[in-house]
Amino acid sequence: MIDTTGQPVVRVVDLVKRFDDRAVLDGVNLQVIQGETMVIMGGSGCGKSTLLRHMIGSIWPDEGYVELFGQNIAELNDDQFDAIRKRFGILFQSGALFNSMTVGENIALPLKEHTDLDDDTINVIVTIKLELVGLREAAHLMPAEISGGMKKRAGLARALAMDARVLFYDEPSAGLDPVTSAEIDQLMMDLSKKLGVTSVVVTHEMDSAFRIADRMAMLDKGRILKIGPRSEFEALRNGAVTGDETSDLIRQFLRGDPDGPITRRRRSDGYEEDILDAAAGHS
Amino acid sequence: MTPPADERSPIDSLGDPVVRAMRYVGGLSLLIADTAVWSFRGLVSPKVRFGWEALAIQMVRVGVRSLGIVALVQTFIGVILALQMTPPLATFGQEAMIANIIGVAGFRMLGPIITAIVLSGYAGASIAAELGTMVVAEEIEAMEAMALNPVRFLVVPRVLATCVMTILLSAIADLMIALGGYITCRLVLASDVWVNYWPNMRDQLTFSDLGTGLIQAAVFGVLISAIACFEGLRVRGGAKGVGRATTMTVVYSIVSIIASACVCTMIFYIFDF
Repeated sequence: MIDTTGQPVVRVVDLVKRFDDRAVLDGVNLQVIQGETMVIMGGSGCGKSTLLRHMIGSIWPDEGYVELFGQNIAELNDDQFDAIRKRFGILFQSGALFNSMTVGENIALPLKEHTDLDDDTINVIVTIKLELVGLREAAHLMPAEISGGMKKRAGLARALAMDARVLFYDEPSAGLDPVTSAEIDQLMMDLSKKLGVTSVVVTHEMDSAFRIADRMAMLDKGRILKIGPRSEFEALRNGAVTGDETSDLIRQFLRGDPDGPITRRRRSDGYEEDILDAAAGHS
Repeated sequence: MTPPADERSPIDSLGDPVVRAMRYVGGLSLLIADTAVWSFRGLVSPKVRFGWEALAIQMVRVGVRSLGIVALVQTFIGVILALQMTPPLATFGQEAMIANIIGVAGFRMLGPIITAIVLSGYAGASIAAELGTMVVAEEIEAMEAMALNPVRFLVVPRVLATCVMTILLSAIADLMIALGGYITCRLVLASDVWVNYWPNMRDQLTFSDLGTGLIQAAVFGVLISAIACFEGLRVRGGAKGVGRATTMTVVYSIVSIIASACVCTMIFYIFDF
C-alpha cells in the first residue's frame, strides 16, 4: 500500500496551459508519491499528454509549475535540469527509438554519453536491460525491423538504461494486441514492485489502467475531475448511476458506455451556434 | 499582443512579414551561435565528446554522394561560359582571353555558388526531411528527455560536414568549370586559343580568386545546413510539415546564398580582395 502522505517525487501545482487562447490545462494540481503507479486517464484531447509533457519539461506552462524530486524545474539551469533528466525515463507512444541505430545502440546511447563506463561494461548493461524486457535477441536489429510492441519494450529498456527512479509512460498500450498489451502492463508492474520505480502512466485503455494503477486521476477538459486510489474508481465503475454529473461522467468513461453525460455534452456543445452560423453563411 | 486579423490596420499587415522575418533570422542566428559553441566545446573540452564518427558519416552523405552531380553541372557551366563568351570576344579579336574570363568567373563566384545551389537541393532538403521526420517520430523529444542536446548531436555534425564539403566540392567545381571551358575550346575554337588556355588561366588567376571563392563556399555551407536543420527541427503537423520544411529549406537556402554572395562581393570589393 502506498503512503499517500509521503514525499512527492512529481508535483504539479496550479498548472495552466493555453494554445491560441484555448485552455488545454486549466489549473491542474497533482502529486505522485515515491514508489506508486499513478494513472492519468481521460478522453482524446482532454490534455493528458500535454500534462505529461509538462512533467518532463518538454512544454512550459503559462501559469503554475512542476516539481521533480522536490525541485521546481522552471528554476533550474540547463545543467541542473539535465541532472534531473538523468533520474527519470520516458516511454513515448511510438517508442521513439532512433531509427539510424540498432536496438542495442539505442539503449547504449545514454550510457555512452552520461557515464565513463567502458564499452564492455556498457554491453553487459545493455544485455541486462534487454533481458529485462525480453528482447535480448533483438539487440542487433534496426527499429524498422521490429514490431510496434517490440519497439515499446525497447523504448522501455532505453528508459531504464540509466536506472531511472521515475518512469513516464505515454499511452503504453495504444495500438497493441491484448496479449502484448498485457505483457507491457506486467513489465510495468514488475518494475514498480521489484525495482521500486515510481510510474506516471497516461492512458485511456481502461483494462490496462485498472491492472497497473495504485492511484488514478481523471482529466476532463483540462481539469482533474477526480483523483484517488484505484478502489474508489472501481467502486464508481461498478456502482449505479447517481444523477451527479461528475460521477456519472467518470462512470461512463470507465465503463465505455455509449450513452451518458460525455455523449450528451458532445451532441450539445455549440450545436445551436453551428446551425445558426451555417444558416447565416447561406443567407 | 497581436490584434485579431479583422482588426488589423494596413500598417499591422505590413509589419507582420517583417516581424516574422526578424524572428526567423533571429532563430537561425541563435542556432548558428549554439552550433559554434558546441563545436568549440566538443573540440576543446574533454568533458564533451566530439562526434567524429557522425561527422564522417555526414561528410560522406553531403559530399561524396554529391560529387558526381556537382562535377557534371560545373562542366556544363564551363561549356556554356566558353560558348557564350566566344562571339563577343571574337568581335574584338580577343578569343584567347576566354580562359582568363572562365578562370575569374568560375573560381570567384560560379564554382561556389552553383555548388551551393546544387547542395541546397541535394543535401539541404535531405537534412530537413531527416530531422523533420525525427521530430514527428518524437525522437528529438526523446533525445532531450535523455539530457542529450539535439544541437550537439544532430546539428553540429551536419553543419560542419556541409561547410567542409562545400569548400572541397567548390574547389573541384572550379577545376571542372575550367575543364569544361577547355574541352569546348579544344573542340570548337582555333588552336591558338586552346593551346594557350591553361597558361592564360594560370597567369590570370591569383590566390585571392581562389581564396574569396572558398571563403564564400564556407559561408554557403553553413547557411544551407543551418537553414535545413532549423527548418527540420521546427516541423509541426506530421508529413505535411516535413514536406513544407524541405521546400522552404531549398527556397530560403537559395535566397540566402545569393544574398550572402552579394554581401561577400561587396566586402571583397571594398577591401580590394
